[in-house]
Amino acid sequence: MQGDIVQMGAYIGAGLACMGMGGAAIGVGNVAGNFLSGALRNPSAAAGQTAMLFIGIAFAEAFGIFSFLVALLLMFAV
Amino acid sequence: MTTEAVATGAEQAAESALSFHPMEQFEVYSLFGDGPVTMFSITNVTLWMAISVLAVIVLMVVGTGSKSVIPGRLQSVAELAYGFVYKMIEDVTGHDGVKYFPYVMTLFIFIVFSNFLGLIPGAFTTTSHIAVTAILAIAVFLTVTILGFVLNGAGFLGLFWVSSAPLALRPVLAIIEIISYFVRPVSHSIRLAGNMMAGHAVIKVFAAFAAIAVISPLSIVAITAMYGFEVLVCFIQAYVFTILTCVYLRDALHPHH
Repeated sequence: MQGDIVQMGAYIGAGLACMGMGGAAIGVGNVAGNFLSGALRNPSAAAGQTAMLFIGIAFAEAFGIFSFLVALLLMFAV
Repeated sequence: MTTEAVATGAEQAAESALSFHPMEQFEVYSLFGDGPVTMFSITNVTLWMAISVLAVIVLMVVGTGSKSVIPGRLQSVAELAYGFVYKMIEDVTGHDGVKYFPYVMTLFIFIVFSNFLGLIPGAFTTTSHIAVTAILAIAVFLTVTILGFVLNGAGFLGLFWVSSAPLALRPVLAIIEIISYFVRPVSHSIRLAGNMMAGHAVIKVFAAFAAIAVISPLSIVAITAMYGFEVLVCFIQAYVFTILTCVYLRDALHPHH
């Protein structure tokens, strides 16, 4: 046996933190899916809203990034 | 068989399968001499940043040098990049944000060149390091904050006071807005670095599987698919970084909700 129980807890926590990325995936999929359904209803207005699409994706993705950050901190900083 | 023997067997198997570590490619080392990396040593990061800056200069100076009415290939690309960023900042910040176009253009073109140059096999992706993207994001954060206070004075604090919300909710929302304001550089930098790092690491993991004969065709197909996806991600992440800069600039120019 190598390492100690603190390290084990940190690694398990890092793995658990990655579940947050699943939430970000749902959020990004929600944004993109709603954009597509709106774009299919009114294709002429879609081109002007792609910037909003990417802003929405970026903000939804931010919380996945925080879970990734927590995982990184647990892996390398604790 | 003892546990140690099992462990060494597994290690040997792992060594034969994974002949390199997927994170090895992100190692920073001095190009000259074997000494430790200090503040002023020329590292591979310095080299690849210099290459991307040179590539930008070649595109923009040589590309727009001739100024022909019918643009050549290089001039077309330069004009396309210029028009793309110009339209982005005009769409997001409005017409009074256009005077900050040079900064946004510099950010976009540097990030997009660093991302794409990092895709060359054997190259080093400078934007995969949080140290690099954090500097870019902190620069944006400081610029936006200082600009907001210079242009609006104390009125910039109106950004945190959501006047469209009910009065009882406003202090709570103000706390949330302040937290989200200070978290901006964190998410701004880690988004870019995380995406670059994850994509390159995944390609390397698949590349390691190519050493196993049975699954090597599948692995090569997966590498090709991931590489194509990475080309897309490289551009989208540069775009997202730039458009978020524009959004933050808009907040500095028009802080009232």
